[in-house]
Amino acid sequence: MWARAVWLGLRASAGGRRGFPSKAAHQGSRRVTAELIEHLERLALVDFGSQEAVARLEKAIAFADRLRAVDTDGVEPMESVLEDRCLYLRSDNVVEGNCAEELLQNSHRVVEEYFVAPPVCLFGEIYERN
Amino acid sequence: MLGRTLREVSAALKQGQVSPTELCQRCLSLIKKTKFLNAYITVSEEVALKQAEESEKRYKKGLSLGDLDGIPVAVKDNFSTAGIETTCASNMLKGYVPPYNATVVQKLLDQGALLMGKTNLDEFAMGSGSTDGIFGPVKNPWSYSKQYREKRKQKSHGENEDSDWLITGGSSGGSAAAVSAFTCFAALGSDTGGSTRNPAAHCGVVGLKPSYGLVSRHGLIPLVNSMDVPGILTRCVDDAAIVLGILAGHDPKDSTTIQDPVKPFTLPSLTDVSKLCIGIPKEYLTPELSSEVRSLWSKAANLFESEGAKVIEVSLPHTSYSIVCYHVLCTSEVASNMARFDGLEYGHRCDTDVSTEAMYAATRREGFNDVVRERILSGNFFLLKENYENYFVKAQKVRRLIARDFVNVFNSGVDVLLTPTTLSEAVPHTEFIREDNRTRSAQDDIFTQAVNMAGLPAVSVPMALSSQRLPIGLQFIGRAFCDQQLLTVAKWFEKRVQFPVIQLQELMDDCSSIFENEKLASVSLK
Repeated sequence: MWARAVWLGLRASAGGRRGFPSKAAHQGSRRVTAELIEHLERLALVDFGSQEAVARLEKAIAFADRLRAVDTDGVEPMESVLEDRCLYLRSDNVVEGNCAEELLQNSHRVVEEYFVAPPVCLFGEIYERN
Repeated sequence: MLGRTLREVSAALKQGQVSPTELCQRCLSLIKKTKFLNAYITVSEEVALKQAEESEKRYKKGLSLGDLDGIPVAVKDNFSTAGIETTCASNMLKGYVPPYNATVVQKLLDQGALLMGKTNLDEFAMGSGSTDGIFGPVKNPWSYSKQYREKRKQKSHGENEDSDWLITGGSSGGSAAAVSAFTCFAALGSDTGGSTRNPAAHCGVVGLKPSYGLVSRHGLIPLVNSMDVPGILTRCVDDAAIVLGILAGHDPKDSTTIQDPVKPFTLPSLTDVSKLCIGIPKEYLTPELSSEVRSLWSKAANLFESEGAKVIEVSLPHTSYSIVCYHVLCTSEVASNMARFDGLEYGHRCDTDVSTEAMYAATRREGFNDVVRERILSGNFFLLKENYENYFVKAQKVRRLIARDFVNVFNSGVDVLLTPTTLSEAVPHTEFIREDNRTRSAQDDIFTQAVNMAGLPAVSVPMALSSQRLPIGLQFIGRAFCDQQLLTVAKWFEKRVQFPVIQLQELMDDCSSIFENEKLASVSLK
C-alpha cells in the first residue's frame, strides 16, 4: 500500500510537469496527507479541520504547480527589485524609545513590565481541534 | 467646493473663500450622509476638527504649510495612526490603537492635512472586492449615481434599487469610495497586487502605485514586504502628483526606501507626444477581457497614435505565469508576516491559557478570517524544506524573468506601457461573491500584479463610462523611478478623455449647498 502511494505521488508530479492541474489535484490527495495537514497546521498555527484544509491546500498546490512549465535554468532567484542597491543602515545611536508603558498598554495580559505568556508544553501536546 | 482639485481648494483656502473648518464640516456631513457606502471604519471627527482649527490659525497668519494644509484626507485602515484604532478590518486587530503614525501618515499630518478617518478594506488587504472585512463590504458610489440609475430604469422597473449594488473592487475599496463620493480630496491605499489601481478603476478615480522604494512602508501593516507600496487615490492626476511629491523620499525607518534625493514636482502640461513611445503588451489581450474594455483600450492607443506618438505592440512573454508566481510569493511572505499575530503583545488574545501553542492557535483561529488562514497555510506549505526549492525559489526565479520582461521592453525604447486595469466594469456584489476570494483575486489581479513583482510605477486613470454607465479605467506602467514621466503622460491622457463627473446630487438633496455655485466640469450628461 505504501509503495503504491509513492508511485501515485510520482505520477502526480509528472502530471504536474505536463501542466494538467486537475490530474495532479486528483492524485494530489495522496500527496496531501492528513499527516501533512496536521504538520502544517502545527507550523502555521492556523487550523481548518482536515477535510476543508486538504481541499483548499490541494487547489493552492495545483495552481502553484503551473510554475513547473517555466524554464528557469541558469536564472537566479530574485529577492528584491532593489537588489542592485545597498540597503540603508542607520548609525547605531539611540534616538528614540523609553515608551515601555505605552507599548504594554496594548497587551491583554501584563504583569509589571512583562508580557505574560502561558507555559510552553514540553511533552509534545496533542491539542484538540474543532 | 468639494468637487474641486487640490490646487483649487488650496488656493481658495489661501484666499479665504472657504475656511478649513468649513471644509472639514462639509466633508464630515457628507461622510454621515454616505454612511451606507460603508467606506469608513473610523471617522476621526474630533481629531479632524481640531486639525482644522489649527490650520485655520495658520492661514490667518498667512503661514500655510503647503498645498495640503487644511485639506481633508482619508487613510486605509492598514496604516498605523497614533491614537486612532487601526484594525485592518480584522478581529485580530479590533480595538488595537497604535502608539505611532506610519511615516506616510505623519508626512500628511506635517503638511497640515485633516485626517477624516480610516477607510474600509478586505481583511488584511487580502482580496479584490473590499467585501471580506469584518465591518462588511464597501459599496461603489456609482451604484447610486444618476448615470447608472437612469440606465437601469430603462431596463428594469420597480426593482429594489439597492439590492444589486456594485462592489468597489479592492482591497482599498473604502479609500476609493471615499474619494469618489467627495468625502475627502485624497486617500491612502496600499498596493501589493493591484489593490489601489483596481478599486480606482471601478470607482472612477485615479489610483497611483509609486515605484517600490520611493515611498516609505514604515507603519503600513505588511502583507508582502518585497511588493507592498502605499498607494494614492485622488480625483485627478495632478492631485496624485502633489501627494506623491509629499510622500516620496528616503525614510531612515524603512531601509527599503532608496536614498536618492527626491523633490516635490509640478507636472508639466504635455502638448507634444510625438517623442513618446507607447507599448501595448500583446499578452494582456486575454479572452476574459470584456469587449468594452478591449475597445476602450484600442481607442486609447489610437488616440496616442493620432496625436503623433509612436504606438507599438510589445511582448511580456512570462505574463501568463505571473499570477501563479504571485500566488506562491504572496502566500509565503504572508505566512511569515502573519506570524507576529500571537496575541501576546497586541491584538486579539483568546481566553484559554493552557499552553502557548493552544493559545496561539485559538487566538489566530478567532482573529483571522478563512481567507487569511488559507493563505498562511498555503504559504507554509511552499516554505517546507521539501518544497522550498520547487515552489518558493522557483517562484523567485520566475519573478526575475517577469521583471526582466519589463526591462527588455523599456530598453527597446518604450517609455510607457498602456494596458487595461480590470477585466470589466464593477460587478454587482451578488455576482462577485459567487466565486471565492482566491479565485476572484487570481482573475482580477491579472493586469496589475506583474507590476508589483517588477516594482514599477503604475497608475489607473478613468477613461470613460461603459454601456451600463459605469467607470472603466486604463493603466499606464512606467520605468522604475520615472513616476514623474508616468504621471505626465497620464495627465495628458486624462485631459483628452474628459471622464465625466459622478452625479450624486439626487441622493443628497439636502447637501445641495455643497454643489451649488459649483462650476463642476460635468461635461456631457452621458
